Formats: sequence, structure tokens, C-alpha cells
Amino acid sequence: MRFFLRRLGFFVLTMWAALTLNFFLPRLMPGNPALAMMGKFRGPVTGQALKALEVAFGVNTHQSLISQYFSYLGDVSTGKFGTSLYFYPESVGHVILNAIPWTLGLVGVTTVLAFGLGTGTGIVAAWRRGGLADSILPPFFVITTAIPYFWIGMMLILIFAVKLQWLPAAFGYDVTQVPSFTPAFIGNVLQHALLPAFALLVTTIGTWVLTMRNTMVSTLAEDYVRMARAKGLPGRRIMLDYAARNAILPNLTGFAMSLGFVVGGAILVEYVFNYPGVGFMLLQAVNNEDYPLMQALFLLITVAVLVAILLADVATAVFDPRTRTRG
Amino acid sequence: MAMLPVPSTAPGQVASPEQPVPGSMRRGRRPFARLIRAVRSNRKATTGTVLLVIFVLLALFPGVIAHDQPNAQIYPRSLGPSGAHLLGTTALGQDIFAQAVNGARQVLIIAIGVGLLSTAIAVLIGVAAAYLGGLWDGGLNLLTDVLLVIPLFPLLIVIATYVQNAGTLVLVIVLTLTGWSYTARQLRAQALSLRNRDFLEAARVRGERRLYIIVVEIIPTMTSLLVASFLTNALYAVLFGSSLQFIGLGDPNTVSWGTMLYWAQNNEALQTGQYLWAIVPGLLIVLLGAAFALMNYAFDEIGNPALRPVRRKRVQRAR
Repeated sequence: MRFFLRRLGFFVLTMWAALTLNFFLPRLMPGNPALAMMGKFRGPVTGQALKALEVAFGVNTHQSLISQYFSYLGDVSTGKFGTSLYFYPESVGHVILNAIPWTLGLVGVTTVLAFGLGTGTGIVAAWRRGGLADSILPPFFVITTAIPYFWIGMMLILIFAVKLQWLPAAFGYDVTQVPSFTPAFIGNVLQHALLPAFALLVTTIGTWVLTMRNTMVSTLAEDYVRMARAKGLPGRRIMLDYAARNAILPNLTGFAMSLGFVVGGAILVEYVFNYPGVGFMLLQAVNNEDYPLMQALFLLITVAVLVAILLADVATAVFDPRTRTRG
Repeated sequence: MAMLPVPSTAPGQVASPEQPVPGSMRRGRRPFARLIRAVRSNRKATTGTVLLVIFVLLALFPGVIAHDQPNAQIYPRSLGPSGAHLLGTTALGQDIFAQAVNGARQVLIIAIGVGLLSTAIAVLIGVAAAYLGGLWDGGLNLLTDVLLVIPLFPLLIVIATYVQNAGTLVLVIVLTLTGWSYTARQLRAQALSLRNRDFLEAARVRGERRLYIIVVEIIPTMTSLLVASFLTNALYAVLFGSSLQFIGLGDPNTVSWGTMLYWAQNNEALQTGQYLWAIVPGLLIVLLGAAFALMNYAFDEIGNPALRPVRRKRVQRAR
């Protein structure tokens, strides 16, 4: 129980740190960039929305920094993120809600796939140590981890959309289609998701293969594995139930840690494919100086990653009693 | 022996690891000679090193092979490859080959700058946390952990947006401030394991100052971790620096691979048939990134013999 409380405390603290960064960053920059943004939007944005903006970015207010900070914390914790400037007069919350399902689908499926496939490949590579697969795969995956997410996306577009014209190069679905739960529309959505998903898969799988292989190599040298061999257990059983089962735990922790990287990759992939998810929205907000939307998206992504890490922590603690005592 | 006789450029000169170091070799030269031998005996390390050396040469002397001005928009637009323009020209009338060659400098400055600076910060914070202990350790460790879990790239985007048109120096600073936490954690763990060793106790009994103990006694024992940290952070800087430039948050006038890709994307290079404009800079990023990644992985193998490649079949036959 203490373990969970500690993790929860850390979660709250990190959240607070992210909020504070969000609040102070625009204020710390030379010549408050929010000021320039405000000037640009003063015409169309009026009344209550403008007031809220001024408070959020500390422009034209006579409040002290401390009271601004607390009213900001209050606003955010009650879900008031203000109005989007680029999608004015839509609220930031509304814009984000439309984007979330796309990213959740894309990143969720590819992350689970990459983790499963990567870990599996790592297990086999370590088990067949010195075999053909093990001498080719590690260097190959070392190189794939060095490919920029956005560039693999561009190359996939070049090959499959421009040259072969097999798959669409952009957007979440054809604009001629009306969103609905018909097989035709779902098929269309899947078709559009294929290239972005593949781009993410290629660039993230290498990490899982390499960490799993390297942990598994150490596990295979443990005494209990030798014991299992001595007992004459079948190889498959030793590989999966003895070695892999113990080696997968560090990979699970790594899974949580690298989620932040996957999200970063998803932002770039969505941008290249004009995929209507959270990352694409974030870059839309950035390019149009829509700071309220940008701040809210940054917080949303942070919360999502932190929740995932918390879940992975809990899972690790359930599977591995040692972590509970270590805290 | 697990160590493989990997074919190298001069097979005869590769000393096997068990062979004692010749007595004539002076003590100071040994680590360096050992490093070279390790690099040459590991194929991944050799490939990575050769690639990196090529890129460093390009960055130092771009004029030797590329004679055109990289940013001059003076050539006919969107030419295909030809004798005059090896890789063709961009839709803005720049020579792609000249841009690609001259772009190496900026990327390498960012990679090496971030690699060195973030390793320095990581050492400072990681070792200080471990050595000072108590409240210091608690505070610094918490700071490291918090930074470690906040998603890096979104944070980078937010910062770079406020900065606007981040030049080389700004990119180095921003990437360093966000990137040091991972290695700081590793270094802290290493320093913690050393904390109660006898040689540190001896230094304390001699009455050495804390700073002396940290700099002279602890840090030299972590050389391999420091190199790994440099390589990890350099790779991170190459990838994320280029990504920031690609989405238009860098200085659009710099000559670099990320900026090239930004202009290629904005001018729809893929849709208008100017493939080389998009392929070449990306490929160069992959090659430089691969150089750092391969060296890092090889370094892991050199430092941790359990990971080294083995030829199981041969061993079995020998039995």
C-alpha cells in the first residue's frame, strides 16, 4: 500500500511541475511572446474570452504573479482551458475531444503491437544466441532506432502513396465520406491509418527488441535457468516460463518510460500525414500561435503519459513482489 | 573465448584480449590503446567510428567537395541530378549537394554540444546526489525523476515555440536542459555503488575535500558511462534537433538537414517529383544517428562481456 501511495504522490508532484512549467515558461521568455500573440488576436477575440486570455498569460493584469498563479491552477484543475484562438470561438476542450480518439487509436494499437512483436523478437534473438537472426537483428534494429519519425513517414508516403498509389498519403479519412459506423467508412479509416501506424511501428520496435534481448541474455546465465536445463525441461518451457518471464519486467518499466518518446514520435507522424489527432493539433496550435490550445495539449499529453506510467508501475508491482518492498 | 576475431582492415594487428599488454607501453597510454583495440575488434564500433569521422571531416572542410554556396538561390529551379548539380537543385534554386555537405556542420555542433553539456550536467547532479546523500540526494533525485517522465518532445515544442526561430546556440541549450535526466540517473546509481568503497574511505581519512574526491576519485571510475552518456545524448540531439527544425521551430535560414527537410516539406517536394530534396537530408540524419547508436551499442558490448556476440555452433563443436 505504501508503494502505491508513494507512486501516487510522485504522480501529483510531476503533474504540478508540468503545470508550473506551463505557467512560467511564457512569462520567463524575453519579451513575453504571449504579448505578440495577444496583439494579433485582439480584433476578433473580445469580452470574456479576452479577459480570460489576459489572466492566463499575465498580460494587462494588475494581479500579482502569485495570485495569477493560483487562479491559473484553479482554472486548470476545474478543466477551464479557455477558448481556442485558431478555432475561435470553439473551446479548447472541444477541439481536444475531437482529436483524442484518433491518437488513442493510432498510438494505442501501434504501441501494443510494437511491444509485443519487439519483445517476442528479442526473446527469440536471445534464445538463439549466436544464430543467424541474432547476428543480423541487433545491428539492424540499432539503425532503425536512429531513423527520424517524420522522415520514415515521408519515405512511406513517397513509396506507397506517390509512386505505387496503394494507400492515401494524408488525413484520417476521405473528405467525401460522412463519418459513421458503416463498414465502408471504418475500412476507409483503417486504410488511412495503415501508413502512419507502420511508420511508428518501424521506429519504435527496435528499442523493445534490443532491451529485451539484452536483459534476456543476462537472465539466461542465471542459475535457475541452468537448473531448468539440468532437469531436462523442454526448451520452449525454459525460454518462456523461466527466462522470458523474468526478463520481461525491466522491459515493462522501460515500456512506461519510453511512452513519452512514442508520443513525441506520434506528433511528428501525425504532422507528416495530416492525421487529425492530438499531435497534429498541437503543431497546428504552434504554427498559428494558439497558445491556450498548445498549453492544454501539452498538459493532456503529460497526463496521459503519467497515467500510463502509473499503470505500468502498478502492473510491475503486482507481477514482481520485489519492487513492492524496495519502494 | 567470447571475443570474436572480427575481420578488420589489418587482421594481423588485432591483439587478442588475453594477451598481456606489452611492458614497454607506458601507463598513461594504455587506456587509449585499449580503446582503439576495442573499437577495432567490434564491427559495430568500427562502422560507427568510420561514419562519424567522415561526417566530422565534412563538417570541418565542406569546401573541399562542395564548391557551390549552400544558401544562394541562384540556380535554375528544380533541376534533376547532373554534372553541374550532383543531386539537382531545390524549388528555391539552391544546390542540394552543397546544402547537404554544408549541413553537416550545424548538426554536428548541436550533437557534440548537447552530448558534452548534458553529460556534464548529468555528472554534476548524479554524482553530487549520490555523494552528498540525505536531503541533497532526495531533492536532486526527485528533480531528475520528474524531468525523466515529462514527455520530452512536447516540452521541447512548447519551449521552442516561445523562443521562436531557435538558432544553433538556443537549440543546444534547450536540448541540454531537457535531456540530461536519463544519464544523471545512471550516473547516480553508479556513484551510489561506489560510495562505501575503501579507496574513497582512504581519501576521506586523508582529509581530502569533497570536490577533490568527486573530481579525482569518483569521476575517473565512470569513464565508460560518461562515453555512453555522450553518445546517447548526441543521438537524442541529432534526432530531436532535426525534428524541431523540420516542424519549423528552428531558424529557417540555417543550413542544416532538418531545415532542408522543412523547406522540402513546405514546397511539397514529394508531390512534385523532387525526391532527392527529401531523401538526401533524411538519409544523412539516419547515417549520423546510426553512427552514434552503433558506437553506443558496441560500447555496451565492450563494457558488458555477456552481451558480446558469440558463435555458439563453434563452441558446441569443440565440446
